[in-house]
Amino acid sequence: MTGASDLFDRLLNTFAAWALALLWVLPLAYAVWTAFHPAAYEARFELFAPLTLENFSKAWDAAPFARYFLNTFILVTMILAGQFFLCTLAAFAFARFEFPGRNILFALVLLQLLVMPDILMVENYKTMRLLNLVDTIPAIALPYIASGFGIFLLRQTFMTIPKELDEAARIEGASFLGVLWKVYIPLAKPTYLAYGLVSVSHHWNNFLWPLIVTNSVETRPVTVGLSIFSAIDSGIEWSVINAATLMTSGPLLIAFLLFQRQFVQSFMRAGIK
Amino acid sequence: MRAFKLKRDWINGWLLLLPALVFLFAFTHIPAVTTLINSFFSTPRGRRPAKFIGLDNYERMINDPVFWKVLWNNLWFAIGTIPVSVALAIVMALWVNEKLAGRSFVRMAYFTPTVLPLIAVANIWMFFYTPGFGLFDQITGFLFGWPASNYLGNPDTALNAIIVVTVWKEAGFFMIFYLAALQAIPVSLKEAAQIEGAGRWTIFWRITFPLLMPTTLFVCVNAVINSFRLVDHIFILTDGGPDNASALLLFYIYEVAFRFWETAYGATLTVALLVLLSLLAIGQFFFFDRKVHYK
Repeated sequence: MTGASDLFDRLLNTFAAWALALLWVLPLAYAVWTAFHPAAYEARFELFAPLTLENFSKAWDAAPFARYFLNTFILVTMILAGQFFLCTLAAFAFARFEFPGRNILFALVLLQLLVMPDILMVENYKTMRLLNLVDTIPAIALPYIASGFGIFLLRQTFMTIPKELDEAARIEGASFLGVLWKVYIPLAKPTYLAYGLVSVSHHWNNFLWPLIVTNSVETRPVTVGLSIFSAIDSGIEWSVINAATLMTSGPLLIAFLLFQRQFVQSFMRAGIK
Repeated sequence: MRAFKLKRDWINGWLLLLPALVFLFAFTHIPAVTTLINSFFSTPRGRRPAKFIGLDNYERMINDPVFWKVLWNNLWFAIGTIPVSVALAIVMALWVNEKLAGRSFVRMAYFTPTVLPLIAVANIWMFFYTPGFGLFDQITGFLFGWPASNYLGNPDTALNAIIVVTVWKEAGFFMIFYLAALQAIPVSLKEAAQIEGAGRWTIFWRITFPLLMPTTLFVCVNAVINSFRLVDHIFILTDGGPDNASALLLFYIYEVAFRFWETAYGATLTVALLVLLSLLAIGQFFFFDRKVHYK
Protein backbone atom coordinates (compact mmCIF):
# COMPACT_ATOMS: atom_id res chain seq x y z
CA MET A 1 0.00 0.00 0.00
CA THR A 2 1.46 3.38 -0.96
CA GLY A 3 1.85 6.23 1.49
CA ALA A 4 -0.47 8.60 -0.35
CA SER A 5 -3.41 6.23 -0.54
CA ASP A 6 -2.83 5.30 3.09
CA LEU A 7 -3.03 8.95 4.06
CA PHE A 8 -6.18 9.40 1.98
CA ASP A 9 -7.65 6.35 3.64
CA ARG A 10 -6.90 7.72 7.08
CA LEU A 11 -8.37 11.14 6.25
CA LEU A 12 -11.53 9.55 4.92
CA ASN A 13 -11.92 7.46 8.06
CA THR A 14 -11.33 10.41 10.35
CA PHE A 15 -13.86 12.45 8.40
CA ALA A 16 -16.50 9.70 8.54
CA ALA A 17 -15.90 9.04 12.25
CA TRP A 18 -16.35 12.73 12.98
CA ALA A 19 -19.44 13.06 10.82
CA LEU A 20 -21.09 10.19 12.69
CA ALA A 21 -19.98 11.62 16.04
CA LEU A 22 -21.53 14.99 15.21
CA LEU A 23 -24.73 13.30 14.10
CA TRP A 24 -24.71 11.42 17.40
CA VAL A 25 -24.32 14.51 19.61
CA LEU A 26 -26.75 16.58 17.57
CA PRO A 27 -29.89 15.61 19.54
CA LEU A 28 -28.22 16.35 22.85
CA ALA A 29 -26.65 19.56 21.56
CA TYR A 30 -30.06 20.66 20.40
CA ALA A 31 -31.58 19.93 23.81
CA VAL A 32 -28.85 21.97 25.49
CA TRP A 33 -29.39 24.83 23.05
CA THR A 34 -33.13 25.14 23.63
CA ALA A 35 -32.87 24.63 27.37
CA PHE A 36 -30.49 27.59 27.73
CA HIS A 37 -32.27 29.99 25.36
CA PRO A 38 -35.63 31.77 25.49
CA ALA A 39 -38.57 30.00 23.84
CA ALA A 40 -38.36 32.28 20.80
CA TYR A 41 -35.11 30.57 19.77
CA GLU A 42 -36.47 27.01 19.95
CA ALA A 43 -35.95 26.47 16.26
CA ARG A 44 -33.91 29.55 15.35
CA PHE A 45 -30.25 28.95 15.74
CA GLU A 46 -28.51 32.29 16.03
CA LEU A 47 -25.04 32.42 17.44
CA PHE A 48 -25.67 35.41 19.69
CA ALA A 49 -29.11 34.52 20.99
CA PRO A 50 -29.42 35.54 24.64
CA LEU A 51 -28.69 32.87 27.22
CA THR A 52 -31.11 32.21 30.05
CA LEU A 53 -31.68 29.86 32.96
CA GLU A 54 -35.36 30.71 33.12
CA ASN A 55 -36.45 27.44 31.47
CA PHE A 56 -34.91 25.48 34.31
CA SER A 57 -36.64 27.48 37.01
CA LYS A 58 -39.94 27.24 35.13
CA ALA A 59 -39.60 23.46 34.87
CA TRP A 60 -38.54 23.18 38.50
CA ASP A 61 -41.63 25.14 39.59
CA ALA A 62 -44.04 23.33 37.28
CA ALA A 63 -43.53 19.89 38.80
CA PRO A 64 -42.22 18.52 42.12
CA PHE A 65 -38.83 17.61 40.69
CA ALA A 66 -37.09 17.84 44.06
CA ARG A 67 -39.34 15.09 45.32
CA TYR A 68 -38.80 13.00 42.17
CA PHE A 69 -35.03 13.29 42.58
CA LEU A 70 -35.21 12.27 46.21
CA ASN A 71 -37.35 9.25 45.26
CA THR A 72 -34.94 8.17 42.55
CA PHE A 73 -32.01 8.63 44.89
CA ILE A 74 -33.63 6.49 47.58
CA LEU A 75 -34.64 3.91 44.98
CA VAL A 76 -31.20 3.58 43.43
CA THR A 77 -29.48 3.36 46.82
CA MET A 78 -31.93 0.77 48.07
CA ILE A 79 -31.50 -1.41 44.99
CA LEU A 80 -27.71 -1.13 45.03
CA ALA A 81 -27.40 -1.98 48.73
CA GLY A 82 -29.74 -4.95 48.34
CA GLN A 83 -27.97 -6.18 45.23
CA PHE A 84 -24.53 -5.94 46.78
CA PHE A 85 -25.64 -7.86 49.84
CA LEU A 86 -27.64 -10.65 48.17
CA CYS A 87 -25.41 -11.08 45.14
CA THR A 88 -22.22 -11.24 47.24
CA LEU A 89 -23.57 -14.02 49.44
CA ALA A 90 -24.97 -16.00 46.51
CA ALA A 91 -21.86 -15.53 44.36
CA PHE A 92 -19.64 -16.68 47.23
CA ALA A 93 -21.78 -19.81 47.67
CA PHE A 94 -21.54 -20.64 43.95
CA ALA A 95 -17.81 -19.91 43.76
CA ARG A 96 -16.53 -21.70 46.87
CA PHE A 97 -18.96 -24.25 48.26
CA GLU A 98 -19.82 -27.76 47.07
CA PHE A 99 -23.44 -28.63 47.66
CA PRO A 100 -26.06 -30.71 45.88
CA GLY A 101 -28.26 -28.78 43.47
CA ARG A 102 -25.61 -26.16 42.78
CA ASN A 103 -25.74 -26.45 39.01
CA ILE A 104 -29.52 -26.40 38.79
CA LEU A 105 -29.74 -23.39 41.07
CA PHE A 106 -27.10 -21.59 39.05
CA ALA A 107 -29.05 -22.28 35.87
CA LEU A 108 -32.14 -20.81 37.56
CA VAL A 109 -30.12 -17.69 38.38
CA LEU A 110 -28.94 -17.33 34.79
CA LEU A 111 -32.50 -17.73 33.53
CA GLN A 112 -33.20 -14.30 34.98
CA LEU A 113 -30.92 -12.76 32.34
CA LEU A 114 -33.55 -13.74 29.81
CA VAL A 115 -36.75 -13.25 31.81
CA MET A 116 -36.51 -9.81 33.34
CA PRO A 117 -38.98 -8.65 35.98
CA ASP A 118 -40.43 -6.06 33.54
CA ILE A 119 -41.79 -8.86 31.37
CA LEU A 120 -43.64 -10.41 34.32
CA MET A 121 -45.24 -7.10 35.29
CA VAL A 122 -48.80 -8.47 35.59
CA GLU A 123 -47.87 -11.08 38.19
CA ASN A 124 -45.39 -8.87 40.01
CA TYR A 125 -48.05 -6.19 40.34
CA LYS A 126 -50.40 -8.76 41.91
CA THR A 127 -47.64 -9.76 44.34
CA MET A 128 -47.12 -6.14 45.35
CA ARG A 129 -50.85 -5.72 45.91
CA LEU A 130 -50.85 -8.87 48.03
CA LEU A 131 -47.96 -7.51 50.11
CA ASN A 132 -49.79 -4.18 50.32
CA LEU A 133 -46.78 -2.41 48.82
CA VAL A 134 -48.31 -0.80 45.71
CA ASP A 135 -47.23 2.84 45.41
CA THR A 136 -44.17 2.51 47.64
CA ILE A 137 -40.51 2.78 46.73
CA PRO A 138 -39.67 -0.75 47.98
CA ALA A 139 -42.22 -2.05 45.48
CA ILE A 140 -40.15 -0.57 42.65
CA ALA A 141 -36.93 -1.99 44.07
CA LEU A 142 -37.80 -5.53 45.23
CA PRO A 143 -38.06 -7.36 41.88
CA TYR A 144 -34.56 -6.21 40.89
CA ILE A 145 -32.65 -6.96 44.07
CA ALA A 146 -31.71 -10.59 43.36
CA SER A 147 -29.95 -9.77 40.11
CA GLY A 148 -28.87 -12.76 38.04
CA PHE A 149 -26.35 -10.57 36.28
CA GLY A 150 -24.81 -9.41 39.56
CA ILE A 151 -24.53 -12.94 40.92
CA PHE A 152 -22.93 -14.14 37.70
CA LEU A 153 -20.45 -11.25 37.55
CA LEU A 154 -19.34 -11.59 41.17
CA ARG A 155 -19.08 -15.36 40.90
CA GLN A 156 -16.72 -14.99 37.95
CA THR A 157 -14.56 -12.58 39.94
CA PHE A 158 -14.55 -14.71 43.09
CA MET A 159 -13.50 -17.78 41.11
CA THR A 160 -10.33 -16.03 39.94
CA ILE A 161 -9.20 -15.47 43.54
CA PRO A 162 -6.56 -18.11 44.43
CA LYS A 163 -7.71 -20.70 46.94
CA GLU A 164 -4.39 -20.44 48.81
CA LEU A 165 -5.35 -16.99 50.10
CA ASP A 166 -8.60 -18.42 51.32
CA GLU A 167 -6.89 -21.31 53.12
CA ALA A 168 -4.26 -19.10 54.69
CA ALA A 169 -6.96 -16.96 56.25
CA ARG A 170 -8.80 -20.05 57.45
CA ILE A 171 -5.67 -21.36 59.17
CA GLU A 172 -5.37 -18.06 60.98
CA GLY A 173 -8.77 -18.81 62.42
CA ALA A 174 -11.08 -16.69 60.28
CA SER A 175 -14.63 -17.99 59.75
CA PHE A 176 -15.88 -18.32 56.18
CA LEU A 177 -17.77 -15.05 56.52
CA GLY A 178 -14.57 -13.46 57.81
CA VAL A 179 -12.75 -14.73 54.72
CA LEU A 180 -15.47 -13.32 52.49
CA TRP A 181 -15.25 -9.95 54.22
CA LYS A 182 -11.44 -9.70 54.51
CA VAL A 183 -10.23 -11.46 51.36
CA TYR A 184 -12.91 -11.74 48.68
CA ILE A 185 -14.74 -8.43 48.89
CA PRO A 186 -11.59 -6.24 48.97
CA LEU A 187 -10.11 -8.11 45.99
CA ALA A 188 -13.34 -7.75 44.00
CA LYS A 189 -13.53 -3.95 44.42
CA PRO A 190 -13.21 -3.16 40.69
CA THR A 191 -16.08 -5.52 39.93
CA TYR A 192 -18.23 -3.88 42.58
CA LEU A 193 -17.47 -0.46 41.07
CA ALA A 194 -18.29 -1.64 37.55
CA TYR A 195 -21.47 -3.38 38.60
CA GLY A 196 -22.48 -0.42 40.76
CA LEU A 197 -22.19 2.02 37.86
CA VAL A 198 -24.18 -0.23 35.52
CA SER A 199 -26.83 -0.83 38.15
CA VAL A 200 -27.21 2.83 39.13
CA SER A 201 -27.51 4.05 35.55
CA HIS A 202 -29.94 1.26 34.68
CA HIS A 203 -32.28 1.92 37.58
CA TRP A 204 -32.01 5.70 37.33
CA ASN A 205 -33.29 5.30 33.77
CA ASN A 206 -35.88 2.57 34.35
CA PHE A 207 -39.44 3.52 33.46
CA LEU A 208 -42.04 0.84 32.76
CA TRP A 209 -42.19 -0.96 36.10
CA PRO A 210 -42.09 2.27 38.19
CA LEU A 211 -44.86 3.64 35.97
CA ILE A 212 -47.05 0.64 36.77
CA VAL A 213 -46.41 0.35 40.48
CA THR A 214 -46.44 4.03 41.51
CA ASN A 215 -49.23 6.55 41.29
CA SER A 216 -48.40 9.41 43.62
CA VAL A 217 -45.84 12.19 43.83
CA GLU A 218 -44.37 10.71 47.02
CA THR A 219 -43.12 7.59 45.24
CA ARG A 220 -42.62 8.49 41.56
CA PRO A 221 -39.02 8.45 40.29
CA VAL A 222 -37.75 11.13 37.89
CA THR A 223 -38.41 9.15 34.72
CA VAL A 224 -42.11 8.72 35.50
CA GLY A 225 -42.31 12.34 36.68
CA LEU A 226 -40.75 13.53 33.45
CA SER A 227 -43.13 11.49 31.30
CA ILE A 228 -46.12 13.07 33.05
CA PHE A 229 -44.57 16.51 32.78
CA SER A 230 -44.03 16.29 29.05
CA ALA A 231 -47.29 14.56 28.11
CA ILE A 232 -48.28 15.83 24.68
CA ASP A 233 -51.40 17.72 25.77
CA SER A 234 -49.88 19.54 28.75
CA GLY A 235 -49.18 22.62 26.60
CA ILE A 236 -45.72 23.31 28.02
CA GLU A 237 -43.11 24.99 25.83
CA TRP A 238 -40.39 22.91 24.21
CA SER A 239 -37.65 24.86 25.87
CA VAL A 240 -39.09 24.08 29.31
CA ILE A 241 -39.55 20.40 28.45
CA ASN A 242 -35.95 20.25 27.29
CA ALA A 243 -34.76 21.92 30.47
CA ALA A 244 -36.63 19.30 32.48
CA THR A 245 -35.22 16.56 30.28
CA LEU A 246 -31.67 17.76 30.87
CA MET A 247 -32.30 18.10 34.58
CA THR A 248 -33.49 14.51 34.96
CA SER A 249 -30.59 13.06 33.04
CA GLY A 250 -28.18 15.69 34.37
CA PRO A 251 -26.70 13.87 37.36
CA LEU A 252 -25.84 10.82 35.27
CA LEU A 253 -24.53 12.97 32.40
CA ILE A 254 -22.27 14.96 34.72
CA ALA A 255 -21.04 11.79 36.40
CA PHE A 256 -20.39 10.38 32.96
CA LEU A 257 -18.42 13.41 31.81
CA LEU A 258 -16.34 13.41 34.99
CA PHE A 259 -15.67 9.68 35.12
CA GLN A 260 -15.81 8.98 31.41
CA ARG A 261 -12.91 6.55 31.41
CA GLN A 262 -14.14 4.59 34.42
CA PHE A 263 -17.68 4.56 33.05
CA VAL A 264 -16.65 3.13 29.71
CA GLN A 265 -14.27 0.65 31.30
CA SER A 266 -16.89 -0.49 33.77
CA PHE A 267 -19.37 -1.16 30.98
CA MET A 268 -16.61 -3.07 29.18
CA ARG A 269 -15.77 -5.12 32.23
CA ALA A 270 -19.42 -5.78 32.89
CA GLY A 271 -19.79 -7.16 29.39
CA ILE A 272 -16.90 -9.57 29.36
CA LYS A 273 -18.04 -13.06 30.20
CA MET B 1 -14.11 -35.76 59.32
CA ARG B 2 -14.29 -35.15 55.58
CA ALA B 3 -17.95 -36.09 55.51
CA PHE B 4 -18.54 -33.62 58.30
CA LYS B 5 -16.83 -30.84 56.35
CA LEU B 6 -18.94 -31.66 53.29
CA LYS B 7 -22.15 -31.49 55.30
CA ARG B 8 -21.09 -28.15 56.69
CA ASP B 9 -20.31 -26.98 53.18
CA TRP B 10 -23.82 -27.93 52.07
CA ILE B 11 -25.45 -26.04 54.89
CA ASN B 12 -23.27 -22.98 54.47
CA GLY B 13 -23.79 -22.95 50.70
CA TRP B 14 -27.55 -23.17 51.00
CA LEU B 15 -27.73 -20.59 53.77
CA LEU B 16 -25.70 -18.12 51.71
CA LEU B 17 -27.94 -18.69 48.71
CA LEU B 18 -31.20 -18.54 50.60
CA PRO B 19 -31.81 -14.75 50.60
CA ALA B 20 -31.12 -14.36 46.88
CA LEU B 21 -33.20 -17.40 46.00
CA VAL B 22 -36.19 -16.14 47.98
CA PHE B 23 -36.22 -12.96 45.89
CA LEU B 24 -35.43 -14.76 42.67
CA PHE B 25 -38.30 -17.18 43.12
CA ALA B 26 -40.71 -14.54 44.41
CA PHE B 27 -40.25 -12.16 41.47
CA THR B 28 -39.07 -14.32 38.58
CA HIS B 29 -39.71 -18.04 38.76
CA ILE B 30 -42.99 -18.23 40.65
CA PRO B 31 -44.52 -15.35 38.62
CA ALA B 32 -43.46 -17.10 35.43
CA VAL B 33 -45.29 -20.24 36.51
CA THR B 34 -48.39 -18.38 37.75
CA THR B 35 -48.47 -16.45 34.48
CA LEU B 36 -48.77 -19.78 32.68
CA ILE B 37 -51.48 -20.98 35.09
CA ASN B 38 -53.47 -17.73 34.87
CA SER B 39 -53.47 -17.88 31.09
CA PHE B 40 -55.93 -20.81 31.41
CA PHE B 41 -58.33 -18.83 33.62
CA SER B 42 -60.68 -15.92 33.05
CA THR B 43 -59.94 -12.45 34.44
CA PRO B 44 -61.47 -12.11 37.92
CA ARG B 45 -63.84 -9.13 38.13
CA GLY B 46 -65.42 -7.72 41.27
CA ARG B 47 -67.31 -10.54 42.97
CA ARG B 48 -66.83 -12.94 40.04
CA PRO B 49 -63.68 -14.98 40.73
CA ALA B 50 -61.42 -16.37 38.01
CA LYS B 51 -62.67 -19.61 36.52
CA PHE B 52 -60.96 -22.24 34.43
CA ILE B 53 -61.61 -21.66 30.74
CA GLY B 54 -59.02 -23.93 29.16
CA LEU B 55 -57.53 -22.59 25.98
CA ASP B 56 -60.09 -19.80 25.44
CA ASN B 57 -57.51 -17.07 26.03
CA TYR B 58 -55.18 -18.64 23.49
CA GLU B 59 -58.02 -18.91 21.00
CA ARG B 60 -58.73 -15.25 21.55
CA MET B 61 -55.05 -14.44 21.03
CA ILE B 62 -54.92 -16.32 17.74
CA ASN B 63 -58.03 -14.49 16.55
CA ASP B 64 -56.83 -11.10 17.82
CA PRO B 65 -55.73 -8.97 14.87
CA VAL B 66 -53.93 -6.54 17.22
CA PHE B 67 -51.80 -9.38 18.59
CA TRP B 68 -50.63 -10.32 15.10
CA LYS B 69 -50.04 -6.70 14.29
CA VAL B 70 -47.83 -6.05 17.33
CA LEU B 71 -45.99 -9.33 16.72
CA TRP B 72 -45.34 -8.26 13.14
CA ASN B 73 -44.30 -4.80 14.36
CA ASN B 74 -41.91 -6.39 16.82
CA LEU B 75 -40.38 -8.47 14.05
CA TRP B 76 -39.86 -5.33 11.96
CA PHE B 77 -38.51 -3.51 14.95
CA ALA B 78 -35.96 -6.31 15.50
CA ILE B 79 -35.00 -6.46 11.83
CA GLY B 80 -34.76 -2.67 11.70
CA THR B 81 -32.73 -2.16 14.87
CA ILE B 82 -30.45 -5.19 15.35
CA PRO B 83 -28.38 -5.38 12.12
CA VAL B 84 -28.03 -1.61 11.87
CA SER B 85 -27.03 -1.00 15.48
CA VAL B 86 -24.63 -3.97 15.55
CA ALA B 87 -22.98 -2.95 12.25
CA LEU B 88 -22.70 0.65 13.45
CA ALA B 89 -21.27 -0.58 16.74
CA ILE B 90 -18.50 -2.50 14.93
CA VAL B 91 -17.64 0.48 12.72
CA MET B 92 -17.64 2.84 15.71
CA ALA B 93 -15.41 0.49 17.70
CA LEU B 94 -12.94 0.14 14.82
CA TRP B 95 -12.75 3.90 14.50
CA VAL B 96 -12.22 4.75 18.14
CA ASN B 97 -9.76 1.89 18.56
CA GLU B 98 -7.40 3.46 16.03
CA LYS B 99 -5.33 6.59 16.32
CA LEU B 100 -7.84 9.23 15.39
CA ALA B 101 -7.76 12.99 15.80
CA GLY B 102 -10.05 13.91 18.72
CA ARG B 103 -10.62 10.27 19.59
CA SER B 104 -11.87 10.84 23.11
CA PHE B 105 -14.53 13.29 21.89
CA VAL B 106 -15.69 10.85 19.21
CA ARG B 107 -15.83 8.00 21.71
CA MET B 108 -17.79 10.13 24.15
CA ALA B 109 -20.20 11.23 21.42
CA TYR B 110 -21.02 7.63 20.51
CA PHE B 111 -21.46 6.49 24.07
CA THR B 112 -23.42 9.42 25.57
CA PRO B 113 -26.91 8.29 24.42
CA THR B 114 -26.42 5.11 26.46
CA VAL B 115 -26.33 7.10 29.68
CA LEU B 116 -29.56 8.99 28.99
CA PRO B 117 -32.94 7.61 30.10
CA LEU B 118 -35.02 6.42 27.15
CA ILE B 119 -37.78 8.73 28.34
CA ALA B 120 -35.47 11.74 28.09
CA VAL B 121 -34.24 10.57 24.70
CA ALA B 122 -37.82 10.35 23.47
CA ASN B 123 -38.50 13.89 24.67
CA ILE B 124 -35.61 15.23 22.64
CA TRP B 125 -36.53 13.33 19.49
CA MET B 126 -40.15 14.35 19.83
CA PHE B 127 -39.18 17.82 18.71
CA PHE B 128 -37.26 16.52 15.69
CA TYR B 129 -40.38 14.76 14.47
CA THR B 130 -42.81 17.63 15.11
CA PRO B 131 -44.71 18.36 11.88
CA GLY B 132 -43.79 21.64 10.20
CA PHE B 133 -41.83 22.98 13.14
CA GLY B 134 -39.47 20.07 13.86
CA LEU B 135 -35.88 19.75 12.74
CA PHE B 136 -36.52 17.08 10.07
CA ASP B 137 -39.22 19.12 8.42
CA GLN B 138 -37.11 22.25 8.56
CA ILE B 139 -34.22 20.45 6.87
CA THR B 140 -36.26 18.68 4.19
CA GLY B 141 -38.28 21.84 3.63
CA PHE B 142 -35.17 23.95 3.27
CA LEU B 143 -33.22 21.53 1.08
CA PHE B 144 -35.93 20.00 -1.09
CA GLY B 145 -38.94 22.22 -0.46
CA TRP B 146 -40.91 19.23 0.87
CA PRO B 147 -44.20 19.95 2.68
CA ALA B 148 -44.58 19.24 6.39
CA SER B 149 -44.90 15.57 7.23
CA ASN B 150 -46.19 13.95 10.39
CA TYR B 151 -43.67 11.15 10.92
CA LEU B 152 -45.14 9.95 14.21
CA GLY B 153 -48.78 10.38 13.21
CA ASN B 154 -48.50 8.45 9.97
CA PRO B 155 -48.96 4.65 10.23
CA ASP B 156 -46.39 4.12 7.48
CA THR B 157 -43.57 5.97 9.22
CA ALA B 158 -44.33 5.80 12.98
CA LEU B 159 -42.51 2.52 13.60
CA ASN B 160 -39.52 3.59 11.52
CA ALA B 161 -39.28 6.80 13.50
CA ILE B 162 -39.11 4.70 16.69
CA ILE B 163 -36.48 2.44 15.11
CA VAL B 164 -34.24 5.43 14.35
CA VAL B 165 -34.39 6.57 17.98
CA THR B 166 -33.59 3.06 19.22
CA VAL B 167 -30.58 2.66 16.93
CA TRP B 168 -29.25 6.03 18.07
CA LYS B 169 -29.63 4.94 21.68
CA GLU B 170 -28.18 1.42 21.36
CA ALA B 171 -25.28 1.51 18.89
CA GLY B 172 -22.88 3.19 21.32
CA PHE B 173 -23.70 0.69 24.04
CA PHE B 174 -22.80 -2.27 21.81
CA MET B 175 -19.70 -0.38 20.65
CA ILE B 176 -18.22 -0.71 24.14
CA PHE B 177 -18.30 -4.51 23.98
CA TYR B 178 -16.64 -4.52 20.58
CA LEU B 179 -14.04 -2.08 21.81
CA ALA B 180 -13.19 -4.43 24.67
CA ALA B 181 -12.94 -7.35 22.23
CA LEU B 182 -10.77 -5.40 19.78
CA GLN B 183 -8.32 -4.50 22.50
CA ALA B 184 -7.96 -8.18 23.35
CA ILE B 185 -6.87 -9.10 19.80
CA PRO B 186 -3.07 -9.39 19.66
CA VAL B 187 -1.46 -6.73 17.43
CA SER B 188 1.01 -9.34 16.14
CA LEU B 189 -1.74 -11.02 14.11
CA LYS B 190 -2.49 -7.83 12.24
CA GLU B 191 1.18 -7.03 11.74
CA ALA B 192 1.88 -10.50 10.36
CA ALA B 193 -0.94 -10.10 7.87
CA GLN B 194 0.34 -6.67 6.84
CA ILE B 195 3.79 -8.11 6.14
CA GLU B 196 2.12 -10.70 3.93
CA GLY B 197 0.63 -7.76 2.05
CA ALA B 198 -2.98 -8.00 3.21
CA GLY B 199 -5.05 -4.82 2.88
CA ARG B 200 -7.30 -3.34 5.56
CA TRP B 201 -10.38 -4.98 4.07
CA THR B 202 -8.81 -8.45 4.03
CA ILE B 203 -7.52 -8.04 7.55
CA PHE B 204 -10.99 -7.11 8.76
CA TRP B 205 -12.86 -9.97 7.09
CA ARG B 206 -10.22 -12.66 7.60
CA ILE B 207 -8.86 -11.80 11.06
CA THR B 208 -10.76 -9.19 13.02
CA PHE B 209 -14.33 -10.16 12.18
CA PRO B 210 -13.96 -13.90 12.93
CA LEU B 211 -12.24 -13.09 16.22
CA LEU B 212 -15.14 -10.78 17.13
CA MET B 213 -17.67 -13.59 16.73
CA PRO B 214 -18.07 -14.40 20.47
CA THR B 215 -18.75 -10.70 21.08
CA THR B 216 -21.23 -10.66 18.22
CA LEU B 217 -23.05 -13.59 19.81
CA PHE B 218 -23.17 -11.78 23.13
CA VAL B 219 -24.28 -8.50 21.57
CA CYS B 220 -26.91 -10.18 19.40
CA VAL B 221 -28.47 -12.03 22.32
CA ASN B 222 -28.64 -8.70 24.16
CA ALA B 223 -30.04 -6.91 21.12
CA VAL B 224 -32.76 -9.51 20.65
CA ILE B 225 -33.78 -9.31 24.31
CA ASN B 226 -33.75 -5.52 24.07
CA SER B 227 -35.94 -5.51 20.98
CA PHE B 228 -38.67 -7.09 23.08
CA ARG B 229 -37.98 -5.05 26.17
CA LEU B 230 -37.38 -1.46 25.04
CA VAL B 231 -40.78 0.19 24.95
CA ASP B 232 -40.27 3.30 27.12
CA HIS B 233 -39.97 5.74 24.22
CA ILE B 234 -43.24 4.51 22.70
CA PHE B 235 -45.08 6.00 25.69
CA ILE B 236 -43.80 9.47 24.83
CA LEU B 237 -43.50 9.37 21.07
CA THR B 238 -46.63 7.64 19.79
CA ASP B 239 -48.43 5.82 22.62
CA GLY B 240 -48.54 2.83 20.29
CA GLY B 241 -50.48 4.71 17.65
CA PRO B 242 -51.66 5.54 15.11
CA ASP B 243 -53.95 2.48 15.03
CA ASN B 244 -51.30 0.32 16.80
CA ALA B 245 -48.84 0.96 13.99
CA SER B 246 -45.97 1.45 16.45
CA ALA B 247 -47.08 -0.80 19.34
CA LEU B 248 -44.73 -3.62 20.30
CA LEU B 249 -45.58 -6.82 22.16
CA LEU B 250 -44.55 -5.66 25.64
CA PHE B 251 -46.37 -2.35 25.14
CA TYR B 252 -49.50 -4.27 24.14
CA ILE B 253 -49.20 -6.44 27.27
CA TYR B 254 -49.06 -3.26 29.34
CA GLU B 255 -52.12 -1.86 27.56
CA VAL B 256 -54.18 -5.03 27.93
CA ALA B 257 -53.26 -5.57 31.59
CA PHE B 258 -53.10 -2.03 32.96
CA ARG B 259 -55.35 0.05 30.71
CA PHE B 260 -58.11 -2.48 30.01
CA TRP B 261 -57.44 -4.54 33.18
CA GLU B 262 -57.71 -7.83 31.30
CA THR B 263 -55.04 -9.50 33.41
CA ALA B 264 -55.75 -13.07 32.25
CA TYR B 265 -55.39 -12.12 28.61
CA GLY B 266 -52.27 -10.14 29.57
CA ALA B 267 -50.88 -13.33 31.11
CA THR B 268 -51.58 -15.21 27.87
CA LEU B 269 -49.72 -12.60 25.85
CA THR B 270 -46.85 -12.78 28.36
CA VAL B 271 -46.64 -16.54 27.84
CA ALA B 272 -46.38 -15.91 24.11
CA LEU B 273 -43.55 -13.44 24.73
CA LEU B 274 -41.71 -15.84 27.05
CA VAL B 275 -41.98 -18.69 24.54
CA LEU B 276 -40.74 -16.42 21.78
CA LEU B 277 -37.79 -15.20 23.86
CA SER B 278 -36.69 -18.71 24.82
CA LEU B 279 -36.98 -19.99 21.25
CA LEU B 280 -34.89 -17.09 20.02
CA ALA B 281 -32.27 -17.58 22.73
CA ILE B 282 -31.97 -21.30 22.03
CA GLY B 283 -31.95 -20.79 18.27
CA GLN B 284 -29.33 -18.08 18.43
CA PHE B 285 -27.14 -20.11 20.70
CA PHE B 286 -27.11 -23.12 18.39
CA PHE B 287 -26.82 -21.05 15.23
CA PHE B 288 -23.87 -19.03 16.45
CA ASP B 289 -22.20 -21.70 18.52
CA ARG B 290 -21.17 -23.60 15.39
CA LYS B 291 -19.68 -20.54 13.77
CA VAL B 292 -18.01 -18.94 16.75
CA HIS B 293 -14.30 -19.55 17.15
CA TYR B 294 -13.42 -19.57 20.79
CA LYS B 295 -9.80 -19.20 21.66
